[in-house]
Amino acid sequence: MTAPDTESLSVRPRPARLPLLRGQAPVVAVVALGGALGATARYALTLGWPLQPGGFPWATFWTNVAGCAVIGVFMVVITDVWAAHRLVRPFFGTGVLGGFTTFSTYAVDFRELVDSGHTGTALAYLVATLLAALTAVWLAATATRRALNRRQR
Amino acid sequence: MNWLLVVAGAMIGAPLRYLTDRAVQSRHDSVFPWGTFAVNITGCLILGLVTGAASSHVQLLLGTGLCGALTTYSTFSYETLRLAETGAGLYAVANVAGSVTVGLGAASTGVWLTGAVWG
Repeated sequence: MTAPDTESLSVRPRPARLPLLRGQAPVVAVVALGGALGATARYALTLGWPLQPGGFPWATFWTNVAGCAVIGVFMVVITDVWAAHRLVRPFFGTGVLGGFTTFSTYAVDFRELVDSGHTGTALAYLVATLLAALTAVWLAATATRRALNRRQR
Repeated sequence: MNWLLVVAGAMIGAPLRYLTDRAVQSRHDSVFPWGTFAVNITGCLILGLVTGAASSHVQLLLGTGLCGALTTYSTFSYETLRLAETGAGLYAVANVAGSVTVGLGAASTGVWLTGAVWG
């Protein structure tokens, strides 16, 4: 990942900060832009579908499941067929989808459900999100690969 | 105003995730996605700290914006899928079990710390 530098190879390469950031400004910028778009969409969903005290966090649930389905399609397309511009993947995959989905709200919502005595709902939310998200990414990636293979034949 | 707070937080959180992931991944040779693991756990801890203690504006900036964009479910599940598909099934299981248990632990720790300080 880090670019080779002119240091002698006999010297154990120190984890230099510079190569990590070198040439990264455009990538960081599109990740920030994509992240802002994704987070705005997630915020809009929570406003339109507010969390009831003790209720199942549907907005965050569907946000995460939908984000996982989309990344399944996107990663197959961008790895296997689409020779996209080098900023497309950081913008959409890392930025938009990463900003849209959230792990922290998932964990804190679970905790708050347990704290307020809704342990059953908390456990259902914990397991359902995990199963639905993993199934979504798997189904989406598999279906996309099949569709692409059929088209190429 | 609220929207701007979410946007501002996300514009810090998402690049922070990208740079942390790069930094962490360049420092180990394992197939385990330590980079995503690190940002998700850190985000859970910060959101735990923010929840309950901060004003609604700070929660939008740091919670919905920063922590929401710092953490990711899509990359977590995609990396788990890749581990499973490439024969690293045990790593996939470890990633799921580890992320969930440590993430919940970090969130609880954050809430507890805030309660201990402000309580």
